[in-house]
Amino acid sequence: MKADILIAGVGGQGQILASRLIGAAAILEGYTVRTGETIGMSQRGGSVVSHVRIGGESKSATIPFGQADLMIGFELCETVRNIKRLSENGRLIVNTQRINPVTVSLGMDEYDTNAMEDALKKTTSNLIMLDGYSLAHQAGSFKAVNVVLLGAAVGAGYLPLSRDSFIKAIEEIMPQRFHNLNYAAFDSGHDLAGRIIAKNTE
Amino acid sequence: MIKLLMGNEAIALGAIKSGVRVVSGYPGTPSTEILETVAKNNDGSIYVEWSVNEKTAMEVAAGAAYSGARTMVTMKQVGLNVASDPLMSLAYIGVKGGMVIVVADDPGPLSSQTEQDTRHFAKFSNLPVLDPSTPEEAYEMVQAAFELSEQVGLPVFLRPTTRICHACSSIDISDSREEHIPSGFEKDSRWVIFPQLSYRRHIEIEKIQVALSLIFSKSPFNTVSGKGSLGIAGSGIAWSYAQDVINDLGLNVKTFKVGTPYPFPVKLAESFLEGLDRVLVLEELDPVVEEALLEIAGSKGLRISISGKKNGATPYAGEFSYELVHKAISDFAALPGADINEPAIPPLPSRPPVLCAGCPHRASFYAVKKAMKGQKAVFTGDIGCYTLGNAKPLNMVDTCLCMGASVSVAQGIKRVEPDTRLFAFIGDSTFFHTGIPGVINAVYNQTDIVLVVLDNSTTAMTGHQPHPGTAKTMMGNVSEKIDIEGLLRSIGVKWVQKINPFDQKAAITAVKEASNVKGVSAIIFEAPCIALVKKPEPLRVDSHICRACGLCIREIGCPSMILKEDGKVQIEPSTCYACGLCSSICPFGAIGGMNHEG
Ligand code: SF4
Ligand code: SF4
Repeated sequence: MKADILIAGVGGQGQILASRLIGAAAILEGYTVRTGETIGMSQRGGSVVSHVRIGGESKSATIPFGQADLMIGFELCETVRNIKRLSENGRLIVNTQRINPVTVSLGMDEYDTNAMEDALKKTTSNLIMLDGYSLAHQAGSFKAVNVVLLGAAVGAGYLPLSRDSFIKAIEEIMPQRFHNLNYAAFDSGHDLAGRIIAKNTE
Repeated sequence: MIKLLMGNEAIALGAIKSGVRVVSGYPGTPSTEILETVAKNNDGSIYVEWSVNEKTAMEVAAGAAYSGARTMVTMKQVGLNVASDPLMSLAYIGVKGGMVIVVADDPGPLSSQTEQDTRHFAKFSNLPVLDPSTPEEAYEMVQAAFELSEQVGLPVFLRPTTRICHACSSIDISDSREEHIPSGFEKDSRWVIFPQLSYRRHIEIEKIQVALSLIFSKSPFNTVSGKGSLGIAGSGIAWSYAQDVINDLGLNVKTFKVGTPYPFPVKLAESFLEGLDRVLVLEELDPVVEEALLEIAGSKGLRISISGKKNGATPYAGEFSYELVHKAISDFAALPGADINEPAIPPLPSRPPVLCAGCPHRASFYAVKKAMKGQKAVFTGDIGCYTLGNAKPLNMVDTCLCMGASVSVAQGIKRVEPDTRLFAFIGDSTFFHTGIPGVINAVYNQTDIVLVVLDNSTTAMTGHQPHPGTAKTMMGNVSEKIDIEGLLRSIGVKWVQKINPFDQKAAITAVKEASNVKGVSAIIFEAPCIALVKKPEPLRVDSHICRACGLCIREIGCPSMILKEDGKVQIEPSTCYACGLCSSICPFGAIGGMNHEG
């Protein structure tokens, strides 16, 4: 199996942890992994991306334009910003949460939600949009958005790694006091995406 | 055991495997995680420290290497500028225990002031440099670097770049560890640099360069393969992109992978150039490999055309990408370019990094801004999270040059503009790094400046490392806390005040007073970085009281504040740190705690 997965979002949303979890789950299933992260100044609320490459022969961690099999967008505008890396009709999970850049609050820039959502719908039909922010909050913490979205990717059948491997990866990487919260977060995304897919194929 | 490791973690674990005994460094993106990983995996037999700056770190490592210990020192590329004084002499003195100098370069740059290329420093200082193309190669190279260092008696550079440092690979690592017991320091005139000694050593060093070139021609980090009349040479991450592109295009070319850019593996390069008509060189930053190949071709009188930066085939500035390398190789091999059909996207708002919601620096900048309203003032800035105070709406960073420069640049401006008030902003870690000499300079030369120390009890930008003012060390010990106020007083700063910047009234009064002091005055704004405190319940805006004036957002630009459709303001509860700065600005008292109406 070979899968290139791109995660795009705003610094502080826990992308690095998400890519580490995918990496750990993939290693548990016997695959080789490469990841590349944005670490540094952009982590202070700037645009960040993580690349995760499972299997395959590539030597570099960066996914070329048009080659991501799956993209997990942690925030609407950042998803659109990086959509050029998604493959033709590739799979896309989007957290509909809108995080206003300060430039928008100051009136220097505009954030056109409708135009952005339209652009995504035009790019691919394998698209699931969900409110990861509220699901994470219900699971016990706003911070668990990252794990909700991973759950959704697995639940939709977009990420060919098992729920079990992710449960083990959470156990391996995260402090024990966060385990139950993250299991719940994972499952809430997993179940919702599963239901959306079932409904779409009806 | 297969583990997913970041390049920086791989370097750390490779060094531990090689029996490293002393590790020193100063935090700097993208190098920081190397030293942190050593500390995290320390069984107690390794001495690890964050030094006060890179020069100190280099000297600590040198002393340990004189004493026969395997040592490693880590920093980012601009850190090497600070450490260049000991570096240049160290090449003459040499080492006994293996010494690896890890300097992380930052093409882009993504988090740096410059795009300088450490391979030049290697050449300049006559020290060998290894340039990894993947995290797994970095793991192998750091181990080879210790061996090589002991073999030739010189420190060895390992020079990863951001895309190696911050990329992860599944790497098969072993738990075994080489045992290297340091022989101890032996008194000998070789450790004392004198002109006579330097002359003799210079002759030796040049001989070692020749020997190193031969060693590198046989190194597994340099390889020549394939055949044909077209050749592609590459190093670092550019080589990884090149391999992927060559594979994807199914191209048959001769290749030369360069893992040791200096001293250049001349013999191997000659075998690469043999029979070629044209060569494309792929490397980020400066044309180091390209120049080496040009030199060989020139001295051998070979009729080969060599493409790279010098003929515009690839750029000097910025980092490479798969796409850039794809285009360069396609052009070189006269293949049609890939047509990438990019999806049409609507205009998007820009999203530059900002100070966190609740960051105490925002309050400090705001207090100074308020106090100096309508006055002629210049605000010199420095390196850290607070460089982000340059953004709108704060606009409070007029200059930024390098670590510690805020304090001294302010003095130069003051000498030309005596009627302007000069404020030098510097963070706590940067103050200890290279800020102190500048303050002494101002006191000594009686220059009127206001020093503003932004003390948030950590080195925040690089991920919250301890420093001399925090009293914590990387060995887990608690040391004597170095008190900034006491230090300033002891060097002759008479007017010093410590203030919590969230007490805006007191802060503004103090700033006004400080700006009227003759000579150096200092304000220490003391409040911890939000990463060090538990997140409190957020504040909220009472929408019945909010009159949609937008003043709070316009004044401070906190990322937790959102302008709603109706022009009223809302606070994002997941990120608000309840610092209260916005509520001190709201003229109608609309912003308050949780029991406030939402
Ligand atoms: S990490 Fe700390 S110092 Fe840096 S912007 Fe955030 S609150 Fe401020
Ligand atoms: S209290 Fe106001 S200024 Fe402070 S973090 Fe919350 S929204 Fe931002």
